[in-house]
Amino acid sequence: MKIHEYQAKEILRKFGVRTLRGVPCFSLDEAVAAGKSLGGSVWVVKAQIHAGGRGKGGGVKLAKSPEALKTHASAILGMQLKTPQTGPEGQKVRRLLIEEGANIKKEYYVALVVDRASQRAVLMASSEGGMDIEEVAHKTPEKIHRVTIDPMAGLTDAQAQDMARNIGLPADALPQAGDLLRALYKAFDETDAALVEINPLIITADHQVIALDAKMNFDENALFRHPEIVALRDLDEENPAEVEASKFGLSYIELDGNIGCLVNGAGLAMATMDICKLYGGSPANFLDVGGGASTEKVTEAFKIMLKNPSLKAILVNIFGGIMKCDVIAQGVVQAARQVSLQVPLVVRLEGTNVELGKKILAESGLPILAANNMADAAQKAVSAVKGAA
Amino acid sequence: MSILIDKNTRVLTQGITGKTGQFHTKAGKEYANGAACCVAGVTPKKGGQSYEGIPIFETVKEAKAATGANVSVIYVPPPFAAAAIDEAVEADLDLVICITDGIPVRDMIRTKYKMIGKRTKLIGPNCPGVITPDECKIGIMPGHIHKKGPIGVLSRSGTLTYEAVGQLMEAGLGQSSCVGIGGDPVNGLKHIDVMKMFNDDPATEAVVMVGEIGGTDEEDCARWVKANMKKPVIGFIAGLTAPPGKRMGHAGAIISGGKGTAESKLAVMEECGIKVTRNPAQMGQLMKSVLK
Repeated sequence: MKIHEYQAKEILRKFGVRTLRGVPCFSLDEAVAAGKSLGGSVWVVKAQIHAGGRGKGGGVKLAKSPEALKTHASAILGMQLKTPQTGPEGQKVRRLLIEEGANIKKEYYVALVVDRASQRAVLMASSEGGMDIEEVAHKTPEKIHRVTIDPMAGLTDAQAQDMARNIGLPADALPQAGDLLRALYKAFDETDAALVEINPLIITADHQVIALDAKMNFDENALFRHPEIVALRDLDEENPAEVEASKFGLSYIELDGNIGCLVNGAGLAMATMDICKLYGGSPANFLDVGGGASTEKVTEAFKIMLKNPSLKAILVNIFGGIMKCDVIAQGVVQAARQVSLQVPLVVRLEGTNVELGKKILAESGLPILAANNMADAAQKAVSAVKGAA
Repeated sequence: MSILIDKNTRVLTQGITGKTGQFHTKAGKEYANGAACCVAGVTPKKGGQSYEGIPIFETVKEAKAATGANVSVIYVPPPFAAAAIDEAVEADLDLVICITDGIPVRDMIRTKYKMIGKRTKLIGPNCPGVITPDECKIGIMPGHIHKKGPIGVLSRSGTLTYEAVGQLMEAGLGQSSCVGIGGDPVNGLKHIDVMKMFNDDPATEAVVMVGEIGGTDEEDCARWVKANMKKPVIGFIAGLTAPPGKRMGHAGAIISGGKGTAESKLAVMEECGIKVTRNPAQMGQLMKSVLK
């Protein structure tokens, strides 16, 4: 689960991470008032959306007067902000963060992630702050430093200061930077974060080390023990169909093709998308109905897929396993009737009672195309789309 | 022969009184030698009871002492599942198979840390389990789709593993053992660990390796195969069409930082002498072709 920058900073401050003073705003009046209450003569107006790369899209502006603050806030609030991470349609800006200005001497990069190889949390840092870190990793991997963190000891003071030294922070700032890195790890660990990214971490002209930006993602499996983080969820930032799907225990991700894939199991769902593409089609979504493909789940899945205007056919691929195919077939038929399905429906079932399942599909009176295996199903779905076009 | 489990395995179910634990323990008991294999259940505060004739104990230690159980399967809900693994590791079992989906990564990091220096192996979490056809089934896979034979199956997925097995059966090929290692980023045995076991298993003549986007476990395994494997390996990687940055169901199934794409995995596997297919409907036929 993702949260906004201002929310991440509120969490990090509680753990002792130094940030700039700032005020989240939902309206222009609030933004103007925030400038006044922060005081000073330089402010930064920052669009609050979940996607990164906001500066590149014009979502972060420096204001050197109250008038400039008002102009920028007015332009950014409500804009459709396009960044490399939002896709071409962009994301509407509904919230701003107004922050005091800072005299930046140098920018650095810091992140905490879970590393599959070591099966531990890893602190990554670089002297190349403010840049696209994936590009730094690709072009100059030697500029990214890593330290693996012992889950019992945590990030030690020695490790934290070594890291600060490795990325080139000046000697007099090392104790301060070390404390900040340790606070970051503590926040990462205690909130069950999946990612903490500070890009950039800055040192000011008077050698203060500050988190200028903050990004936090959380492990969804651990949200049950963090109601305070669940409360920060902003549904405006999420795809409505994906939110709706999650209510029914469906894992749904919208893609840009036209064959709706309804599958049980994440691996088989990806493989079904792949085989559609292989036979010249294009998947409209990833959709995993989970272990039990009940009538209710299949019905909701149909409804969610049908909201996608690009959808031209549906491919159901269920490896029944323990569930019996006749039961699944009845579920699919009922679901198709409930939503008065208008697009071609290809169904591939495998497992116990597969013949009985096929019979139920055939006798339903619905125009269901039964497929014998995955390849047959994909080919039928692709030709159904071509026939419809 | 087989790997990890066989007809002499003695299984205890942690979480045997829950709905899922009961359902799959019953199915395991009814499969092949299951009646002899399923010897114990563990649920705190329910010691002394029984389910389907299987005695229930308070702790794993007690269950092991009383029944000789050497392998545990876990159906405990996610908030308590990592502690259940810890308990099985503390009791010095040979193998723990954790089916539970949704365990916090932070819990698994600590559990893996506690396993250092212990003899217990872990499969999962978030996996379908392990089956040695016609001998012993531990997990949630449908037993009836399998039969004994020469092919080892190794996969990160659930239903895609069944798909691979289904295609092997179509091609007339049975399985030595099928191992679903699960899709979580912090987990037990990796592809490479299971591949080593198949290499050493006289009953396994060839291996199907099914992977997914995310991480570099398949690549690590492929490099080991190139240097050490004495048997043919074929492979498929799901997620060729998955866009970067979107998590595809499994916590581990995400392309991040340009790493873990299906193409990059397939390229490394091919370089290492593994025959791969980009068509998930061709796994069975591909295996048949390399055996000739």
